[in-house]
Amino acid sequence: MSIEVRDLCFSYGNRTVLDGVNVTAQPGELLSVIGPNGVGKSTLFHCILGLYSNYRGSILIGGHDIRGLSIQQRARLIAYVPQSNYPSFNFSVSDMVLMGTSSHISSISTPGKKQLLLVEEALDQLGIAHLRDRAYTRISGGERQLTIIARALAQQTKVLILDEPVANLDFGNQLLVLTQIKKLAHLGYTVMQATHNPDQTFMFSDSVLALKDGHVLACGAPTDVATEDLMQKLYATDIEVASLYNDNVRICVPKVVINNSYSPEKVTENTLMEGLEYEMM
Amino acid sequence: MPEEKGRLNGSVVVLGLGILLVAIIILSFFWGRYPISPPDLFKITISQISRTIQDLFRNILHIDVVFLNIEKTWSDQMESIVLRVRFPRIMLASLVGCSLSAAGASYQGVFQNPMAAPDILGAAAGAAFGAALAIFTGQSSMTIMLSAFVFGLLTVALVFLISHKTRGKQVIGLILAGIMVGSLFSAGISYIKLIADTSNQLPNITYWLMGSLNGATNNKLLLALIPMSIGLLPLLMLRWRINVLTLGDEEAKTMGINASRFRIIIIVLATLLTAASVAVTGMIGWVGLVVPHLARRLVGNNFKYLMPASMLFGASFLLLVDNISRNLTETEIPIGILTAFIGAPFFVYLITRKEESL
Repeated sequence: MSIEVRDLCFSYGNRTVLDGVNVTAQPGELLSVIGPNGVGKSTLFHCILGLYSNYRGSILIGGHDIRGLSIQQRARLIAYVPQSNYPSFNFSVSDMVLMGTSSHISSISTPGKKQLLLVEEALDQLGIAHLRDRAYTRISGGERQLTIIARALAQQTKVLILDEPVANLDFGNQLLVLTQIKKLAHLGYTVMQATHNPDQTFMFSDSVLALKDGHVLACGAPTDVATEDLMQKLYATDIEVASLYNDNVRICVPKVVINNSYSPEKVTENTLMEGLEYEMM
Repeated sequence: MPEEKGRLNGSVVVLGLGILLVAIIILSFFWGRYPISPPDLFKITISQISRTIQDLFRNILHIDVVFLNIEKTWSDQMESIVLRVRFPRIMLASLVGCSLSAAGASYQGVFQNPMAAPDILGAAAGAAFGAALAIFTGQSSMTIMLSAFVFGLLTVALVFLISHKTRGKQVIGLILAGIMVGSLFSAGISYIKLIADTSNQLPNITYWLMGSLNGATNNKLLLALIPMSIGLLPLLMLRWRINVLTLGDEEAKTMGINASRFRIIIIVLATLLTAASVAVTGMIGWVGLVVPHLARRLVGNNFKYLMPASMLFGASFLLLVDNISRNLTETEIPIGILTAFIGAPFFVYLITRKEESL
């Protein structure tokens, strides 16, 4: 099931956040959305998820215009993975994942055997079946994020939307979670994620959407988007994009750090010189 | 919450609480100034049941049937105490405890706030104002009850109207409007107390506000049963979905649940329970806050078990406290005072305990 965003425009009052955004993601594709803070990544996701409806343009999921669907119908098409947060009430991991099945059962029933089976499948898929009975607040950040992804899988949709899935995770956990996300895309899910890390975007994504001031700055294969010129424009900083392993990996390094004129040594040196000059006078 | 909670465990705990409630109900019939022996209680109950069935057959099918004809070995006074004094009081105490706890658990879930209590939206303050107003204008006890019920519902309706106009998050708007309207009605109660006749009305109002099950009758029980079953049954059926609502509106919506609509439904049901409880018994604080937390210690946060556990535990708890209230001293201690004596220390424990977030 594909995601098609056509000429999407959205504004909060007078402030335009998204202006003519076009993007498409196909099954089996992991699309990363990058861009500075406040550029409209979350707004774009909220529109796709149907949480905001007062936009212009159209959003199609598997050919269905999502504005014409009920909340329940939408939940059967798209699953959302928010940043894992600390909930007000603590649940076991399996109860948390079980909640993903809500859109498939009537409002006056509690999940049954079929739903519990889906939970087991989702936990197995992500390799966290051993966490089943643990309290959600007492597992690591990476495990929490995987739990939320498992919940999205239990929702049985073909489209996954992830909002900065690896924010707040340590380096190892970031790679663990991203590997799982990549695996899901290759299993045929249509995956769209927001991210702040251009290096990881290059390593894991099939395509990249770069947003700047509500416009699409670039959209395409990571090799086309992760260029020095584009990265500098996107983050308004001097950035060097280095290529490693025959251009299989690209890393972005901010130049400001490399030729920093305010590095500690230089500062000391300068102060020293000034001091000397002062004394000589 | 204990770390490991199996599924079986939850059902077992709920079953256990059910058995506990039945046991306390039976024991409560014996507990009182007028002694009643177990065989007498048994016979009175059986004969009353068979009489009721006979009446039903006679009135509906016009057939005279004779069920168990038990030889009468008990006095009329004894029968009257069992059927018209202890029965309604025991049932009402259980029902009110059940309703307040269910309302508290629901409010805590839909407001994602473990500190929410049944009076969070001002239902209790509104109901108390309604009762005070009716006492002040010299109404009958039935009118006092109805006035309390209606004012309780009106207050929450007002809170909804105000919160509808507030910007930002629905939850915050509701809670702020609830605090505001609640304090408005509290001020109203104070004013009525100020101008009330000090020899008669003021003590009545004060006593009513302390909460008591003293005036329980079968009529009151029947009247309370209507709004309470309208509130309790749907809450029991919808309980699982409250879990999803505790995650926040956006997440709930992406999982297929219309969070704002569902929240309103739950609030209406919980308000019905709160208003009905306050109307029949006066202000009984703390039960709705404390009991869901105790139930949480037993079954965890999953509303599948938390809701029935809160209901059963709340019924047992208030019934037990009411037994103490009517038997501890010569003059009855208003139950609202006793629940506060138990509730306040618990609250301190709740906010000072170190382990995990609430």
